[in-house]
Amino acid sequence: MTAGIDLGHPQAQAIQSDQDVVRVRQLIRTVAVAARLSLVDQTKLVTAASELARNTLIYGGGGEAEVTTVDNGLRRGVRIVFADDGPGIVDLGLALTDGYTTGGGLGLGLSGARRLVDEFDIVTGAGQGTRITVTKWSR
Amino acid sequence: MALNAEESGRLAGLLSEHAERVTQRWTEIATGSLRGRLSQAELRRQVQELHRSMVEAGRNGVFDLESESAGELRAVLAELSRGRARQGFTATETAVSVYAVKDVLLELMEADGGDASLRDYVAFSSLVDQMGLFTFESFVRTREGLIADQAEQLLELSTPVVKIWEGVVAVPLVGTLDSARAQVVMERLLQTLVDTGSPYAIIDITGVPAVDTQVAQHILKTVVAARLMGADCIISGIRPQIAQTIVALGIEFGDIATKASLADALRHVLRLSGAANARRPPRRES
Amino acid sequence: MERVPVLKIGDILLVSIQLDMSDQTAIQLQDDLAERIVATGCHGVIIDITALDIVDSFVGRMLSTIASISKVLDAETVVVGMRPAVAITLVELGLSLNGIRTALNVERGMELIAATRPDDQGYDVDDEADDETTATT
Repeated sequence: MTAGIDLGHPQAQAIQSDQDVVRVRQLIRTVAVAARLSLVDQTKLVTAASELARNTLIYGGGGEAEVTTVDNGLRRGVRIVFADDGPGIVDLGLALTDGYTTGGGLGLGLSGARRLVDEFDIVTGAGQGTRITVTKWSR
Repeated sequence: MALNAEESGRLAGLLSEHAERVTQRWTEIATGSLRGRLSQAELRRQVQELHRSMVEAGRNGVFDLESESAGELRAVLAELSRGRARQGFTATETAVSVYAVKDVLLELMEADGGDASLRDYVAFSSLVDQMGLFTFESFVRTREGLIADQAEQLLELSTPVVKIWEGVVAVPLVGTLDSARAQVVMERLLQTLVDTGSPYAIIDITGVPAVDTQVAQHILKTVVAARLMGADCIISGIRPQIAQTIVALGIEFGDIATKASLADALRHVLRLSGAANARRPPRRES
Repeated sequence: MERVPVLKIGDILLVSIQLDMSDQTAIQLQDDLAERIVATGCHGVIIDITALDIVDSFVGRMLSTIASISKVLDAETVVVGMRPAVAITLVELGLSLNGIRTALNVERGMELIAATRPDDQGYDVDDEADDETTATT
């Protein structure tokens, strides 16, 4: 009974274009419905995925999203990993601040996405690419 | 904890050689603790299944409850615990059905009496202990699941959202508001606004004894979410202590309308939505 | 690329977003709408998002921009039909959609536009009436 074991095979979606961001949203929606997340939780997760996928495309220069259904013994959840080999984030603290943006957006992508999920983990550094793992658990 | 290949072979041998006697005695011993609340046939079927999966796991070499080859046994144990938890048996009554196999093994091995069989018995016994603990864990998990389901049903019951006038819905909140309940209220209120096409909502907290920061935040978020959807919220029935808490916690209610009572709130809404609505009685839904 | 249709109903442009828009489609809609406002001289824009199951910061920004652009072009924008789950998510995301007027459904949206532009009701526009209109907007 290890915490958060993977169930089923992870599904991957490349993020190379605008249209791929739409595909990521649709894939996450399907997986979230299958994992029986509540409607509000589905919406939060898909919105977070949309923000992060766009970041991967715009700032990371494209990458991949990988989604898995997980189970921690009590609750089911959906875990998504966004990975790119882009320039990485130099000042993580600043990037996670509300309203901070380098891409001309509203600056809510990263900080907003973090508020929409239950677990948020980011591994990045200058020139090292970015790898963000988010998890949403069923209530 | 795991049995080595030889030990598990001997265990499987012992269990399958005396299969009939083992299941017979096992059922008998387990029956004692269940006080006739489970039919003999049902118990016998469960014991036979446990017996079969133990023999199978033992024949697969190293007997480790956490290994892949014991998957079947784990499933049987989990199924047993789930069933018992739902039927209202206690954790002890459930675990004893598993521990009973120890007595059976002891009876079988006593005849031998040698040092070797004593060592075997100690090993088997610790394996059965592990099975018992696993049963206990699955039992607790099932019970937690049941409690969570019931809590959810209770939530649904305790948060009515009612339409009190054409274009006005109200939620009278009664009792302690925790974060989970506040969230349910929020979702149901917003959904009712859509379903009834009502642009006004009154959240009445007369029956709420206290609020903390989290609950106040939830109410605030509801109001903001309703605004995003094109509806206005009015909060009524704020008690003096709650007003003090809100100020002490430094929560900004900003430009949210607050009224002393539900009646005041309704009057306020009717004034806002124009005199026409006030004069016209609520339209009956056909 | 797919395009979101813009319908003209009386003095109002109705945009009903029925698909999961890519960012490009959203930008295209912004451009189309500005052109149609000028071409038709409409004074109201209703954006129906009943079918949208999410609104992220990009779409949120698009809605704000449309509202600002139409304001400049003398048209009132109302966003209608936001789903509860979407509204809850937007609050959590921290997006306030400042400057956007909202209504529960298309009907309420039309009422809202009519209420904010009472001067547009009469059609016999003489010089004096015209002066009043400019004064109130």
